[in-house]
Amino acid sequence: MFFREDRPREGVVRIPSGCAIAGIMDRSGGRHDGTDILRSIALMHDRGNGLGGGFAAYGIYPEYKELYAFHIMYECQEARAQTEAYLDTYFMSEKQERIPTQDVASIKNPPDIWRYFAAPHPMRLNMSGFDEAEYTMQHVFHINSHIDGAFVASSGKDMGAFKGVGYPEDIGAFYRIEDYQAWAWTAHGRFPTNTPGWWGGAHPFTLLNWSVVHNGEISSYDANRRYVEQFGYRCNLQTDTEVITYLFDLLTRRHGFSQQMAAHIMTAPSWDEIDRMDAPCAAFETALRSVYASALVNGPFSVILGSEEGLLAINDRLKLRALMVAEHDRMVYLASEQAAIEVVCPEAASIRSIEGGVPFVVQLDEVVAREQGASGENIQLEAPLAHEIGVLPPRRKEVDHVRS
Amino acid sequence: MQERDTAQDVLSLGTSHFREANERIRDQLERVDRLTLEEVFAQRYLGCALPQGKHLAIHGTPGNDMAAYLDGGTIEVFGSAQDQIGNTMNDGEVIIHGRCGDAAGYAMRGGCIFIRDDCGWRAGINMKEYQDKQPIIVIGGDAGSFLGEYMAGGTILLLGNPGDHLATGMHGGVIYLREPPSTHALSSGITIAPLAEEDRVRIEQLLGRYRACFAGEVRANIPADAEEFLKLVPASSRPYASLYAN
Repeated sequence: MFFREDRPREGVVRIPSGCAIAGIMDRSGGRHDGTDILRSIALMHDRGNGLGGGFAAYGIYPEYKELYAFHIMYECQEARAQTEAYLDTYFMSEKQERIPTQDVASIKNPPDIWRYFAAPHPMRLNMSGFDEAEYTMQHVFHINSHIDGAFVASSGKDMGAFKGVGYPEDIGAFYRIEDYQAWAWTAHGRFPTNTPGWWGGAHPFTLLNWSVVHNGEISSYDANRRYVEQFGYRCNLQTDTEVITYLFDLLTRRHGFSQQMAAHIMTAPSWDEIDRMDAPCAAFETALRSVYASALVNGPFSVILGSEEGLLAINDRLKLRALMVAEHDRMVYLASEQAAIEVVCPEAASIRSIEGGVPFVVQLDEVVAREQGASGENIQLEAPLAHEIGVLPPRRKEVDHVRS
Repeated sequence: MQERDTAQDVLSLGTSHFREANERIRDQLERVDRLTLEEVFAQRYLGCALPQGKHLAIHGTPGNDMAAYLDGGTIEVFGSAQDQIGNTMNDGEVIIHGRCGDAAGYAMRGGCIFIRDDCGWRAGINMKEYQDKQPIIVIGGDAGSFLGEYMAGGTILLLGNPGDHLATGMHGGVIYLREPPSTHALSSGITIAPLAEEDRVRIEQLLGRYRACFAGEVRANIPADAEEFLKLVPASSRPYASLYAN
């Protein structure tokens, strides 16, 4: 059984362990193939144990950049038939195909992996009352929760996740990632902590345009899970990492924070530090910690978040994991170990570590330019949002009652 | 006996696996006392338990747990080192011509580590001493937070800035600082004590050794004497005895 509601939750099975993470990005948006990220993650081979490896790539589908690119893994034929019928109902697919793979001796029993370039069905989207992203997210959750043997590996635009059970260098060869051109790559070599390795549970963990690669373990998982579940996220993929993805999605896409602020909320300053701040800052931080108490992430972790804007890297507040960064010209390199940067960019200067609880952000030049030009004020909407006005005039129950 | 410097005494590791690399190194060190490693990329455990009389020169970036259980040998890194150098080292000397990652000198119980530049978080965590086993770490740059965490013995000398959570849980040994820590960085179990004459002698010895290791490489303002230094020691023999008692 590939995916089921009755699978044990994260924490039920415990396997002690570390992982390797890496990221490479071209700030100018120039695209490069997967060779360097593969070499970088392969150098950290021994940080994983062959039970999970994967890559996220941004900018790989420019010809379909307006469409959602669903990467879906199937364990059986029925799962595919059921999923495609579901997608046909709620999305309009412009292209669907098997993701090209190559046999690799060490990759055993891979699922059947397909990709679909699709747009939400316009009428159903309209009727749903959701915006496009929320609509898509709900359907991704539906497939993951209700279709046995089907798992959505990624669901963003102009990006994709390539992951599975194996060492990352073998997974990279399996998916032929050197054939893709991306402006940002992230990678993960897994040493599963607490939970078994399975294809869906490999990193990157993705939702919409988000991807997360994570080294560590989240002690606050249950508190964070209960919190995001209140907002409709379903945490049942047997990995604590998914909760980080959902927290970023909740705090930025739905609550409107910047990615930096979301990372700050998740690694909030300690009360001791807040006590030492001046009054306005202390009030602000106190408000954030109070409102978002359940979004605080504890435990040892280093994370690289990918999005359509760029990469964000964060370490836990006590820095119980290592993560290095270096820049060279328009390229930015991130890796768990310094040598994994040097092996692909020997000329990289100013290699430094990312400090605990201090997010490192790198955005595409075009995003930086856009944000610099943007007003500091809140943007006023010129027209009401679609879901605020309907075909029928708003009615109140009590009025109906009086009339009858 | 002065060892000859021939091509035989140089190994290029490239991206070879640490198991193979360490086997080659051990084989070679059976024949020679001084060995140079080139193009080192993250091989773990280099110089593990290296005995007295053996010398390893490393060019590139050695992997985690370099100099673990070091047992009297000397390791010199011409570049930067990663995490957990000198893990539980017993004796010998590690010299880093660059920076190092987290948890340098983890549970170290003897020997010396000299780091030219900054070190990561938790340097000297769980360092300990016993009779003539007196481990020493000298850091030329800044230290990350939790310097000397749970320190039970030995000496740390820091020339740059200490981070936050300095000496958290320290209950033995001594930390010499040049820059005063911010008031919040120190827990109540730690006090700043005046330097005694023996402290001055020790600091000056260590500064002399630091200058000798990194002659011509370091900033000009390395102090010549112990005048500017502060000394951190545990406030009592059992500073945390009542931590969980009430």
